[in-house]
Amino acid sequence: MHPAKSVIIFTTLSGIGFGMLFFIGLGMIVPEGLMAFIWFAIAYLFAVGGLIASTFHLKHPERALGAFTQWKTSWLSREGVLAVITLLVMAAYGAGLVFLGTRFAYLGYAGSLLSVLTVFATSMIYAQLKTVPRWRDFSTPLMFLGYAGAGGSLMTGQVDYALALLALAGLLQLLNWMRGDGALGKSGSDIGTATGLGTAAQVRAFEPPHTGTNYLLKEMVYIVGRKHAGRLRILSLLMGIGLPILLLLAPFGHLLAALAILSHIVGVFASRWLFFAQAEHVVGLYYGKR
Amino acid sequence: MSLDEPKIDLSPKVSDEIRKTTCYMCACRCGIDVHMKDGKVAYIEGNRDHPVNRGVLCAKGSAGIMQVNAPSRLRAPMKRVGPRGSGAFEEISWDEALQIATDWLAPLRETAPEKLAFFTGRDQSQSFTSLWAQSYGTPNYAAHGGFCSVNMAAGGIYTMGGAFWEFGQPDWDHTKMFVLFGVAEDHDSNPIKIGIGKIKQRGAKMVGVNPIRTGYNAVADDWYGITPGTDGLLILSLIHCLMKAGKVDLDYLAQFTNAACLVNEDPDSPENGLLLKDKDGKPQVIDRRTGKRAPWDGAGVEPDLSANYRYKGVTYRPVFHLMADKYLDEAYAPEAVADRTGISAGRIRQLAAEIAKTAFEEPVVLDREWTDFRGKTHKTMVGRPVSFHAMRGISAHSNGFQTARALHTLQILIGAVETPGGMRFKPPYPKPATAHPKPHCKVTPGKPLDGPHLGYPQGPADLCLTADGNPARIDKAFSWENPLSAHGLMHMVIANAHAGDPYKVDTLFLYMANMAWNSSMNTTGTMNMLTDTDENGEYVIPRIIYSDAYSSEMVAYADLILPDTTYLERHDCISLLDRPICEADAAADAIRWPVIEPDRDVRGFQSVLCELGAKLGLPAFVNDDGSQKYADYADYITNHIRRPGIGPLSGWRMGDNGLQDGRGAPNEAQLDAYIKNGGFWLAHVPDEAAYYKPFNTAYQDWAVKLGFYDAPQPYIFQLYSEPMRRFQLAAMGHGERQPPEHLRERILKAMDPLPIWYAPFEEGLVDTEAYPFHALTQRPMAMYHSWGSQNAWLRQLHGMNPLYIPSEIWKKRGFKPGDWAKVTSAHGEITVPAMEMQALNSKTAWTWNAIGKRQGAWALEGETPESSKGFLLNHLISELLPPRGDGMRWANSDPITGQAAWFDLRVDINRADAPKASQPHHPPIKSPVPHAPKNLAWKTKS
Amino acid sequence: MTQLPQSTDRKLGLVIDLDTCVGCHACVISCKGWNTENYGSALSDTDAYGPDVSGTFLNRVHSYEVKPETGPAQLIHFPKSCLHCEDAPCVTVCPTGASYKRTADGIVLVNEDACIGCGLCAWACPYGARELDAVAGVMKKCTLCIDRIYNENLPKEDQIPACVRTCPSGARHFGDFADPNSNVSKLTAERGGMDLMPEQGTRPTNKYLPPRPKDCSGEINTLAPMLEPVATDGKGFVGWLDKMLSALPGGNA
Ligand SMILES: Nc1nc2c(c(=O)[nH]1)N[C@H]1C(S)=C(S)[C@@H](COP(=O)(O)OP(=O)(O)OC[C@H]3O[C@@H](n4cnc5c(=O)[nH]c(N)nc54)[C@H](O)[C@@H]3O)O[C@H]1N2
Ligand SMILES: Nc1nc2c(c(=O)[nH]1)N[C@H]1C(S)=C(S)[C@@H](COP(=O)(O)OP(=O)(O)OC[C@H]3O[C@@H](n4cnc5c(=O)[nH]c(N)nc54)[C@H](O)[C@@H]3O)O[C@H]1N2
Ligand code: SF4
Ligand code: SF4
Ligand code: SF4
Ligand code: SF4
Ligand code: SF4
Ligand SMILES: [Mo]
Repeated sequence: MHPAKSVIIFTTLSGIGFGMLFFIGLGMIVPEGLMAFIWFAIAYLFAVGGLIASTFHLKHPERALGAFTQWKTSWLSREGVLAVITLLVMAAYGAGLVFLGTRFAYLGYAGSLLSVLTVFATSMIYAQLKTVPRWRDFSTPLMFLGYAGAGGSLMTGQVDYALALLALAGLLQLLNWMRGDGALGKSGSDIGTATGLGTAAQVRAFEPPHTGTNYLLKEMVYIVGRKHAGRLRILSLLMGIGLPILLLLAPFGHLLAALAILSHIVGVFASRWLFFAQAEHVVGLYYGKR
Repeated sequence: MSLDEPKIDLSPKVSDEIRKTTCYMCACRCGIDVHMKDGKVAYIEGNRDHPVNRGVLCAKGSAGIMQVNAPSRLRAPMKRVGPRGSGAFEEISWDEALQIATDWLAPLRETAPEKLAFFTGRDQSQSFTSLWAQSYGTPNYAAHGGFCSVNMAAGGIYTMGGAFWEFGQPDWDHTKMFVLFGVAEDHDSNPIKIGIGKIKQRGAKMVGVNPIRTGYNAVADDWYGITPGTDGLLILSLIHCLMKAGKVDLDYLAQFTNAACLVNEDPDSPENGLLLKDKDGKPQVIDRRTGKRAPWDGAGVEPDLSANYRYKGVTYRPVFHLMADKYLDEAYAPEAVADRTGISAGRIRQLAAEIAKTAFEEPVVLDREWTDFRGKTHKTMVGRPVSFHAMRGISAHSNGFQTARALHTLQILIGAVETPGGMRFKPPYPKPATAHPKPHCKVTPGKPLDGPHLGYPQGPADLCLTADGNPARIDKAFSWENPLSAHGLMHMVIANAHAGDPYKVDTLFLYMANMAWNSSMNTTGTMNMLTDTDENGEYVIPRIIYSDAYSSEMVAYADLILPDTTYLERHDCISLLDRPICEADAAADAIRWPVIEPDRDVRGFQSVLCELGAKLGLPAFVNDDGSQKYADYADYITNHIRRPGIGPLSGWRMGDNGLQDGRGAPNEAQLDAYIKNGGFWLAHVPDEAAYYKPFNTAYQDWAVKLGFYDAPQPYIFQLYSEPMRRFQLAAMGHGERQPPEHLRERILKAMDPLPIWYAPFEEGLVDTEAYPFHALTQRPMAMYHSWGSQNAWLRQLHGMNPLYIPSEIWKKRGFKPGDWAKVTSAHGEITVPAMEMQALNSKTAWTWNAIGKRQGAWALEGETPESSKGFLLNHLISELLPPRGDGMRWANSDPITGQAAWFDLRVDINRADAPKASQPHHPPIKSPVPHAPKNLAWKTKS
Repeated sequence: MTQLPQSTDRKLGLVIDLDTCVGCHACVISCKGWNTENYGSALSDTDAYGPDVSGTFLNRVHSYEVKPETGPAQLIHFPKSCLHCEDAPCVTVCPTGASYKRTADGIVLVNEDACIGCGLCAWACPYGARELDAVAGVMKKCTLCIDRIYNENLPKEDQIPACVRTCPSGARHFGDFADPNSNVSKLTAERGGMDLMPEQGTRPTNKYLPPRPKDCSGEINTLAPMLEPVATDGKGFVGWLDKMLSALPGGNA
């Protein structure tokens, strides 16, 4: 799949944002007044920023309100609805902290739950797609949640949780890669089933329907070099998981914490880039490309 | 409907109006419904009532809207202001353009009309353009048939009075076995597809004989991946098998072919090999009723296929004996031809057996009475439901004429021509060679030529030679080099004019032919010839006038451009005098008419010729008082009279009692009648005349009534070709006109009166170890030659063309995906993108034809795939063969018809790293038209 | 609305005959022409005359080489447009409801006015049947020519999809699969009409007729008696000929 910047930014940032809200909602930190405002601002910056980035991906963002209507079937719609509800609930919770200095704990718990659901919904946009076998796996939502948790805890300074969740996210990432790598092969779809013309060994794509490119090729048949991908995976694990853990294990310092966060974000970006770039859509089978 | 489904307009207005005309995105000439909105073309679909396409339309046809809106359309007359080939032009007025042309052409006509060479390409108005050339007085006129398919056309005409495509078609409704030789698309594009659809629907059998298995061959039930140039051998082997097994239609052969005609067997006679004739010149047969000789067409005569005859000390044997002697020879046994053809003996026998079985055990019998020309009434029509179709795969080889004759002979032997389920002629065919004109070349300065340029010679006497025996025509048509070149040799015009051989010309006048690119052999060489200068710095070909509608590569090489309209902006006439749109069941002709008005300063080329002809005072184009005779082409179409009662269009002519078909006086409202009828006219062949047309009195009478000819002219098929024998006799030293020494042997060998096979010439002249492979082109179904690339929709389908290489070569030469190929021939070298293919003859590579474009042409901008990855095979093909032992270079053409031998090409193929662009790469030419728009997203508002 | 209807009254769709399709692309271009001019926005082309031309098409013709275990390789032309799936994943993923499946006839359609151009439906379609138009920014897909098949401004016989009407070889058939007696149902039954990627669980409405077996004639065997020689050379042939001719009516033996 084409690794579109807007979508990579969206999933990464909003994951971190909702991860933060999760920890804030649980009352892991209970700031008040201005500090509370700043904490919420940062969380919202990530969550909303991610959501806004996602609209860059839309060709008609002016109609985006329509996307809240189909929550009954569409994970994308659900994600939108959940995100908004979460943000509202957490806004109320935040207002309590900022203006009233009161913590409405149940609102916070609800917000945390909603944050988890939002990230889950985001992940399901991808994990639901049978057409992309690499994504369609239980490890995809787990990985998204893992990253959100790691990012959220990191951002909210929950060092212990962060260490655990970073490690967990790393494991889930590895699991997702392991399961994803053979997924198309195991999916049961090949050029033989795509065309109904025989076994995959017998069928070879000859002339494409057009000599130039088209939307499908640009969007769904993105090919990354293997070596390239391998190196990026290592980079992503090092930056996203390894380095932050090391930095957290080091004696605490604001600079180191900031570095850990930055490194983590870069790592997650790389992971997300790979998440898209390495995902093969079955439509590639028709073009003899995979 | 669920409540929240949006309401959509299920019955939107489709268009304001439908204008029905004829497609010209290719030469198939389908009927189209042009949907108009707000005076603009909104959508084009097929005309359901039209005899050619019955409502369907091909990709090109539907894309016509992109063609009439193409940014490549020329806008106004232009004169060259930079060097030839640069593309630098200045737009001028029509007055100036016509004056320039007149100033060039008028003096030539008074002194040496042959110094004008007027050649037309994809011309569909040949009866008109030839009239113009004839009236001008130059012998140098022809259309593009010489580089196209004259082998197929002439082979058919000489053998049976018609070939395929516009001449005939399989009996799609009855055939049980359809065998297709060497066709990728053909001119009969939609009809063949409709036909294949019918065969498939019935579950009948289709066989493809083609080195390449794409398109039609891909849907064939059986595929014979023949080695190029060897079809003649395969067919003669089939004939061998069938004759040996007695699986031939004796009755049919005796009655309807010259198999029973008696041949002079006296080796010393100057008539040796000619047919015995009576004093009326009628070939003689033995009448089985009497055992005596009788004219072939005598009333009630029953020709005897077997009886010899002795007369005045000479033995005469029937043609059929000669055929038996020849084709039963073991040289044609399947085992003897298997290696060369690349098809195993077992498969050849299988094919022969299937043909025999279908023809003789599954006949189609129609309960229809008919009467033959000998007066015999037949109760039924008995068909041998095996049908064949062939085109350039056979035609475009130097043995193509004889191969085409072999194929027709095969069809005739099993009685499958003009019988149910076999091959059927389309009126006004059948029309034997003898009913066609002979070529004319007598020049009188200031006067018209002595007759039509092109025709069908019956012997050496009909050649176009000067008093000293040299070719009279610039293309050397109808000379000893290619005696039966019925369509001329367009591919030799530029080379000969450049070489001054046989003489120099002054003005080259071309219409609708991209000679500086895909329609020439040796493309780079041709461009050099067009720009070459003599010692005085003058162009060797001094003047070039060209009419094109678009910014083609050729435009850059002309001095004066006469910009044509597009096909929706002009009148055209698809005439029975020319190449009509008839179907086997109907005579039909058609028009085009301006369904839109041009928005540029362009004029229909034929209308321009009407005006130019008048300015030059050409007799056919001026009235007695010297004034212009035809205001424009529409006027010509309506009012021109070819023979009494016969004009360009056959429908709605004026008779004594009102409108009538076929014959009649001009009718001022004729074009309106055509428009009202959907752009065409059609007359059904009566049921009793539907088959056996050459022999069927009902058909002959109907043909006379419609004006195809003035009296019935039944004939029999010429399995044995006497005209060819006459050339052989000349080569043997008989007669007044004899070939030059160096051509005697070739004529003797090639012009066998019975079909033969010989190896393609190139094979004998190049080192086949150095060039072990064959290379071919195919027509893509969605592109028409060079025109398609200017079409924003079509160019997305075929924007570049790889060389498809068979897996065997691919592996042997170490190709990997993404590699390019260096392809070399005795003539040149190209480096091009490569792709592997399995469904392909193991010695043959191929590519799509005419996808490669010169940068700057066709209003395409920048390094388009067409110019950087696309390529032409033409750079590898020379118009001349490599030198022979005697140092002479023969034309790369069939020795009989002069047909360009595109598919004789031998190459070597090796892998190469990708260069920046396919090689050779020519520098961009300056575009004479404005920039193209970037994006398209238009809708016509009504 | 992105809920799929429980069932549809009719199941309109296409049968595509892979044994007959010659790969001419006629259906591709007539589709482009009709749908540029009709339903929704124009099907645009970007860099239309330049190096990087790319356009929206609703129907595309692939070709595949098939190498059977025995016999020569075959080539199959393979047209592909929306299959109007019964379990259309493209519909359920759509966040706006722009994508929907009609209850009346099962046609899967995009309401362009509601489409935000997110592209998710194209991701969800296994067949590559949806293309996001680069200029209009909305999702385009085969409409089954909904503005033709019910269009009272067209003659009855033309109330069929543009691609079906134009296909020169008659390889495309349009009809109602819910009616077991329809042309498409019968063809599917007779010729073993198949689903593409059934494992995706989309339950396509459109069916493909597989190519008939090819190259079965092989080397001569059972037909050998057809070629039983009557003669081995010219002389022998003339002898046979004499015999045959005298047996014909009017023969003098
Ligand atoms: N390698 C290879 N080369 C081949 C062949 C092959 O098989 N292999 N085939 C050969 C054969 S058979 C042929 S027929 C030739 C065809 O070659 P051409 O006859 O050259 O065909 P086109 O390229 O279509 O060029 C015709 C010209 O007509 C112009 N034109 C189009 N419409 C109009 C119009 O309405 N009015 C006017 N005045 N001009 C118009 C086009 O712009 C173009 O410049 O190619 C030959 N070249
Ligand atoms: N779409 C489209 N239609 C066209 C044209 C076009 O450009 N585009 N051009 C028109 C013109 S001008 C012409 S002349 C006709 C030509 O129509 P076709 O005769 O169909 O011409 P080609 O595409 O040259 O195809 C030649 C076929 O012969 C095969 N072949 C080559 N050599 C041999 C051989 O030795 N033996 C056998 N058995 N097969 C062989 C090739 O593989 C190829 O399939 O098409 C006309 N129709
Ligand atoms: S075959 Fe196609 S391009 Fe040719 S005339 Fe017919 S519709 Fe037009
Ligand atoms: S083919 Fe694709 S676009 Fe069409 S209904 Fe099925 S999933 Fe949706
Ligand atoms: S692109 Fe349009 S139709 Fe497709 S899912 Fe998005 S909103 Fe729905
Ligand atoms: S049914 Fe209509 S929209 Fe669908 S592929 Fe055919 S022509 Fe295109
Ligand atoms: S129009 Fe018919 S034959 Fe041509 S590609 Fe389409 S389905 Fe195949
Ligand atoms: Mo041609």
